[in-house]
Amino acid sequence: MRVRFRVNGREVEVDVEPRLTLADCLRHHLRLTGTHVGCEHGVCGACTVIVDGAAVRSCLMLAVQADGADIVTVEGLSNDDDLTPLQKSFRKHHALQCGFCTPGMITTAHALLSEDPECDAARVREVLSGNLCRCTGYIPIVEAVLDARAAYRAKMASDRGGERA
Amino acid sequence: MKLPPFDYACPTTLPEAVQLLSAPEGDAKPIAGGQSLVPMLAFRLAQPTLLVDLRKLADLRGIKISQKDVTLGAMVRWREIEDDERLKTAHPLLKAAVAHIAHYQIRNRGTVGGSLAHADPAAEMPGIAITCDAEIAVVGKSGARVIQAADFFQGALTTALTPDELIVEVRLPAWPAGRRWGFEEFARRRGDFAMAAAAVFYDQSEDSKARNAHVGVIGVGDRPLRLPSAEDVLNGRAIDEAAIGAAEAAACAAVDPQDDIHASAAYRRALAGTMVERALKRAAARAQQ
Amino acid sequence: MRTVNSLIGSPIQRLEDLRFLRGRGQYVDDLARSDMLHAAILRSSVAHGRIRAIDVSRAGALAGVHGVITAKDMGNRVPRVPMRLQPLPDFEPFAQPVMAESKVRYVGEAIALVLADTPAIAEDALALIEVEIEPLPAVADHHASARDASLLFEKTGTNRAITFRAVRGDAAAAFASAPYIRRERLRTQRHMALPMEPRGLLAEWDAAHERLTLYGGAKVLFFNRRTLAKAMSLPESAIDIVENDVGGGFGVRGELYPEDFLIPFAARLTGRPVKWTEDRREHLMCVNHAREAECDVEIACTRDGTILGLRGHAYVDVGAYMRTNGAVGARNVAQFMSGPYRIPDIDIDVALQLTNKTPVGTYRGPGRFETDFFRERLFDMVAQDLDLDRVEFRRRNLVSQREMPYPIATIAPFESKDELDSGDYQATLDRCLEEIKWSEKSKLTGKRVDGRYHGLAVGCFIEGGAAGPKESARIVLEPDGRYAVYVGSSAVGQGLETVFAQIAADALEVTIDRIRGVFHGSTSYVDDGYGAYHSRSVVMGGSAILDAASKLREAVRAQAAQRMGCEASDVEIGDGMKAIGRAGKSVVLTELSSTGICADGAFLNKKHTYTYGSHAAHVAVDPKLGHVELIDYVVVADCGRIINPLTVHGQTVGSVVQGLGGAIMEHLVYDEDGQLLTGSLADYLIPTASDFPNIRAVMLEHHPSPINPLGAKGAGEGGIIAAGGVMANAVANALNSLRVEPRELPLTPSRIWELVQAARK
Repeated sequence: MRVRFRVNGREVEVDVEPRLTLADCLRHHLRLTGTHVGCEHGVCGACTVIVDGAAVRSCLMLAVQADGADIVTVEGLSNDDDLTPLQKSFRKHHALQCGFCTPGMITTAHALLSEDPECDAARVREVLSGNLCRCTGYIPIVEAVLDARAAYRAKMASDRGGERA
Repeated sequence: MKLPPFDYACPTTLPEAVQLLSAPEGDAKPIAGGQSLVPMLAFRLAQPTLLVDLRKLADLRGIKISQKDVTLGAMVRWREIEDDERLKTAHPLLKAAVAHIAHYQIRNRGTVGGSLAHADPAAEMPGIAITCDAEIAVVGKSGARVIQAADFFQGALTTALTPDELIVEVRLPAWPAGRRWGFEEFARRRGDFAMAAAAVFYDQSEDSKARNAHVGVIGVGDRPLRLPSAEDVLNGRAIDEAAIGAAEAAACAAVDPQDDIHASAAYRRALAGTMVERALKRAAARAQQ
Repeated sequence: MRTVNSLIGSPIQRLEDLRFLRGRGQYVDDLARSDMLHAAILRSSVAHGRIRAIDVSRAGALAGVHGVITAKDMGNRVPRVPMRLQPLPDFEPFAQPVMAESKVRYVGEAIALVLADTPAIAEDALALIEVEIEPLPAVADHHASARDASLLFEKTGTNRAITFRAVRGDAAAAFASAPYIRRERLRTQRHMALPMEPRGLLAEWDAAHERLTLYGGAKVLFFNRRTLAKAMSLPESAIDIVENDVGGGFGVRGELYPEDFLIPFAARLTGRPVKWTEDRREHLMCVNHAREAECDVEIACTRDGTILGLRGHAYVDVGAYMRTNGAVGARNVAQFMSGPYRIPDIDIDVALQLTNKTPVGTYRGPGRFETDFFRERLFDMVAQDLDLDRVEFRRRNLVSQREMPYPIATIAPFESKDELDSGDYQATLDRCLEEIKWSEKSKLTGKRVDGRYHGLAVGCFIEGGAAGPKESARIVLEPDGRYAVYVGSSAVGQGLETVFAQIAADALEVTIDRIRGVFHGSTSYVDDGYGAYHSRSVVMGGSAILDAASKLREAVRAQAAQRMGCEASDVEIGDGMKAIGRAGKSVVLTELSSTGICADGAFLNKKHTYTYGSHAAHVAVDPKLGHVELIDYVVVADCGRIINPLTVHGQTVGSVVQGLGGAIMEHLVYDEDGQLLTGSLADYLIPTASDFPNIRAVMLEHHPSPINPLGAKGAGEGGIIAAGGVMANAVANALNSLRVEPRELPLTPSRIWELVQAARK
């Protein structure tokens, strides 16, 4: 089946079996291997991507269901020149070790902070409890997300300012 | 755990969807949020020949609040319930239960209709449906009908739906102001399926006695359960410590859970009582607010 | 080495992060070859049985399937998975064939391998393979195993692989005259490491040159290459095993599993690259399990609390085969039951019993988590019996500095002598008590506040590190003046690239940006590597780097001296790009060689290091729910030398959380027929971000190890070792008034509730 959607700002078209998950489509057809597959049954969160503004588990979505959607993966939340404020915060707090859960953590944190930059530690923990990590014990990840709030607050304020102007 | 092969259709009208599900050859299943169905496919516990995607069916969308009831379209996602400010007063018990459902990412995709049709014995939405006397409106090849929640859940992962039927919406009776309510859940970890949970509400007469008590539990049987024996203990009296204790005991006696890898039957039985007790304590405390 | 360094000890932000944060890590499943075939493996759903027939015809006929391989396609004798550690002849009869031959012995054992165009088609084909298995009675636990009624290996006549024995002094005499003895049966449950990345392999066979390249290696690539070469009748030089980015190891990834033979074999057979990625369902039933142990043990003391002896029996459920490092945990249960404590007379034997379950291997702190739980629970029970303070009981029995090196029990049949190297165990205990505010919180213990009982516990541990015999490194001064560091150590997520860059940069006396990269693991990097396990990387790999750096500087000085016509001893290499000779002469390093200068280094070692410390926990237990809330948790550990405080702290916290998972929620549950009931992550529960938000780790470097130039002791496993014992003691302390005495892990809500009910009767 032909499916068309946007990934990280770029229009793509793929021809896939209905049974192909969005995760496998991103990884193997589009070679965006930053999104990782850790369980294929919707528990570990390593496959988290953003679809139409919402963080979702891409292993639980069929590629064909993404027709017409706007998708952002960890690659779309990165740039070559520098680390983003969220990435810098992760690095500063040593919020990753093996790196396998990291893309899922980054996309989930980005989704949370984009909609709620005032979130507190309890909220951050609650949201991240859908992303499993075996290396860090989570504490530095929570600290990193909290530390990144300032940058998202500033961005939200300046976006609002832009809207008013 | 790659998915087994199947065909896929994405109808734009309800009649089209029903027709696809009614086809005599093959085995068609609807897919809503996919948060329960896709894992089943991944484990190859289900191998439908056709998936009918409901995402383009406008008839299944929207949260409508009227004087009479709160209506949730089958494709309403948990996220919409979380974000709908009106529900804070229009149905606070629903909102409280939804906060316990799974995780952030799953709540962005999972749907009301999907949860009801999947009928996991530890799922929150079936528990709310049962406790609140919900009506489930369905449509199939024989037309439309309404199924009472009490008749809808028939066993673990088993409902009254025929293979050609789709849930269109679920209606919860309107929620009066001043109603006392509580929702209490205990899970192994945050977001896991409930080991047990209780949803309770009652209305207060002018003489401060409870009436119209509703007590529902999940996770302690093959389907969500109303507990009339616990309700009888509450109706017509003040909800004090003695009443709550009696309701807890009645709840324990009324359920018959099984042993499983997560807990013993005895534990779940006691836990059901504890959840009812704590939910009632919350309900009674609400009176002071 | 010179003490003038600025990088060792600095919390340098990791170099690896730059790619991981952008999703640019390269894990094995990220690799692709245009003509690759995908493999899927049919696994036994029967725990014990005789294979009567396998019919692959329908599977082979499915469109997109290229072939199906079973044992009969693998030649006269299907290769066996060797024991990498402790390869005793006793284990040979219990070795695992890489593909089931006449019997299946655990659910998950490989029966057939399908090669197809896509992973989905390969999996479709599995359902079409018809296997007839005549079931045999499943051996469900170590009791059934010991009865020898149903034998896994009929020819051996037994289900017991071996018995180890740890002996020190004369336990019989000590017990004969002991004024106080307490005997207990304690159990720890089967659980596992569960790294977030499932296993995977990509094998490429170059028929023209008869060379194999295998991607997806980790941990012990050189051993694996040696073994694979033998099994495939190839010279070692014909095989390269490549280490990509690895999503966690914890002891289980990288050991030689059956698939590590099967996938290369399939690649050679078909002449096409073959890729295999494990799914999580397979992972749970195929990757080495761990930790299932039971002990029946006695402790003897004086009435005022001096420990006289420890003796008893332990039983380890090792699963269906002896493979990889499956004996290490059991051996450690016996040898390390004394932990950091002075116990003069010891006699503990441990039986390794085979059962129809997944084979076991090492998981972070192997055997140590189990035996620490056994010992620390005993200690709190003893302190209660003798009406002694639990802290004082521990303090007086900890081995003191002046007793070191302190020999611990000798373990037969190895007869290797092991000693506690250096340290002040009482100091870390005191610091731990201070950090958790023990005296203040003691007022709360056993008290009920808001319906929950509060409890406190403390425990002491040692973490063994630096397994020898050797590690290798090579450093190259490249033509552009930067350095490339190659090591035999393996990265499994522990920040090796950064930590080794720090060590190398300090040893070469340059800034860290002069290190182009640290290349680890892959067999093409050094001639002889040993890998990452037993917390050995900093000690062994780091020391090898020091040796290579020192040799490289000598080589550079020699070359520069030749250029400048002076003695090598006159040459100084600063942190700039010049080598400076006499009378103002200098030469730019980049001009010394157009091809670069390299030096190989190594570090040889026979002794173990012991990082040590204490854990303390404060919990609140809800007796109706059986829920344990962790209010505060502190680890204080001395690891001799801290290279990077960020990474060592991070590993310790992560390690603690794994330990807490093992203490209260993780459990691989089997039924009487050997069926694995916890078959997904919805049933095998590991900690999430909301479970343990309050953990603190204080890392010290007061007592360097005397056995290596860095003074390091290694780290990474200490956080997990004490967690089980400490949590169990904290729960016991909280529920003391209800007379609850936990003797078994995990302390799930249901188990705690059952203990409360049982104590009531």
